[in-house]
Amino acid sequence: MEIDPFIFRLSIFILSIFVGYYVVWSVTPSLHTPLMSVTNAISSVIIVGAIIAALAGNSDSIFNTSSIFGFLAISLAAINIFGGFLVTQRMLAMYKKKKKDK
Amino acid sequence: MISANFSAIFYLVSGVLFILALRGLSSPETSRQGNFFGIIGMIIAITVTFLSIGNFSNGFVYVLIFLLIGGLIGAFIAYKIPMTAMPELVAGFHSLVGLAAVFVAISAFLNPEAFNLGSPGKIKLGSLIEMSIGAAVGAITFSGSIIAFLKLQGIMSGAPITFKGQHPLNALILISIIILIYLLCSTQSSNFFWILLAISFLIGFLLIIPIGGADMPVVISMLNSYSGWAAAGIGFTLENSALIITGALVGSSGAILSYIMCKGMNRSFFNVILGGFGATEQSSSTQNKEQKPVKSGNADDAAFLMKNASSVIIVPGYGMAVAQAQHALREMVDTLKKNDIKVSYAIHPVAGRMPGHMNVLLAEANVPYDEVFELEEINNDFANADVAYVIGANDVTNPVAKTDPQSPIYGMPVLDVEKCKSVLFVKRSLSPGYAGIDNDLFYKENTLMLFGDAKKMTEEIIKNLG
Repeated sequence: MEIDPFIFRLSIFILSIFVGYYVVWSVTPSLHTPLMSVTNAISSVIIVGAIIAALAGNSDSIFNTSSIFGFLAISLAAINIFGGFLVTQRMLAMYKKKKKDK
Repeated sequence: MISANFSAIFYLVSGVLFILALRGLSSPETSRQGNFFGIIGMIIAITVTFLSIGNFSNGFVYVLIFLLIGGLIGAFIAYKIPMTAMPELVAGFHSLVGLAAVFVAISAFLNPEAFNLGSPGKIKLGSLIEMSIGAAVGAITFSGSIIAFLKLQGIMSGAPITFKGQHPLNALILISIIILIYLLCSTQSSNFFWILLAISFLIGFLLIIPIGGADMPVVISMLNSYSGWAAAGIGFTLENSALIITGALVGSSGAILSYIMCKGMNRSFFNVILGGFGATEQSSSTQNKEQKPVKSGNADDAAFLMKNASSVIIVPGYGMAVAQAQHALREMVDTLKKNDIKVSYAIHPVAGRMPGHMNVLLAEANVPYDEVFELEEINNDFANADVAYVIGANDVTNPVAKTDPQSPIYGMPVLDVEKCKSVLFVKRSLSPGYAGIDNDLFYKENTLMLFGDAKKMTEEIIKNLG
């Protein structure tokens, strides 16, 4: 009997939770705010779904009810992607080590 | 057009890059490289999606236009936002992830063929369940984050809003969400889908209104986690491993942060979520308010104490963020260092309105991160320090948490500020902190209260130091 592909996706999911668990525990507490902004940015990879939804319209009509939701989702996710990564970068650039005086 | 297997590999690659992006945050040195990995991962995911569709019709132009509109708005916000507004920004971003998840789910529900999920009215059962869970969690994330945003921004009062029958109502709604998903799957009727979305929006709203301002670190982390689970739900629907991996990463990241924040307050997760903290406690503490003697001083006294100290520990809190005092604070520290006084910063895990809030503000003011310490790292040093400068923090320094089992904050880890030879406590008035509890520290022999605005007081101290 063949294994349902769902089981494979579930495996990826469960293993990723564990990876996330160990990786996030090793994040230094002083970087918890950048952690939140960068997770914001990467969870907006949902944009791939939005793009598929937006381009799903047939050749005769680009805009239909379904694709409009896709287009809107593209913009929302793009705000997050650009905003999230850039603000993270801006924050991380501020973290400096003590200058060696003298 | 590239094959499905080929694109799946690339989605996996971008998932791995996202893991590396989080991994980079284990130290400030590697963090910038980590962020770069994240960006590369995102570019790969988007490019592969375009290639896998392969149909570069005129729709493609519109995709780029919408992408650009969002991108410009996002970039503009990222450059303009002041660091003190970071909690609001993150809450706002969470709401967008939630709404995007809802929109993608709606789109998939209306046009399942585009996603190979069957046809309208005959959507594959598994996909329908995944889709409705993704949509429901997305909707909760959206409305919950909007409330968190409004509370943080001050548009809505930070006070908990509670009413009778709140918990039974919430429980009822949560149960009805499950029933609706069941009905939706058995009938495939779009009516149930819309009702499901509507009550999910409602429950997100209801879940967050009873939670008070200082519990926001937990709420933001929790919503962070939700946004991840929503993305994962959609990832299952779209059979996309990049989304599944990312959703799981973000989901567990938010959950860990919530846990750390709850631990920082010695409260259970459920206690925070059920809300109303602070509203009920206030009445008890106001009753027995006898006037205890308080020593208060001015900037001159503070400067004198600091000048004669050999080590000073700074304890910042949310008040520092409100007064935007971080730059003045760093100037003061510079002056102290010129006088060969050792200065370090002590950060409580729940100081501020989101995890790591104080660290970002200090970093913004050019405070080197190796002078900033977490509670466990520095708590033993208070006993050997001469002066503690408490600026905008309150409950996290309250010794009552160690001594009075009756206190609502009993058991919460606190900074042992009172062990310092002298404590300088900058505060606008004697009013109790957020938890509504009097701070014993105010009445200690070695405490000098500095009444005034955190920024102005710090600036005056600088003048007096010079």
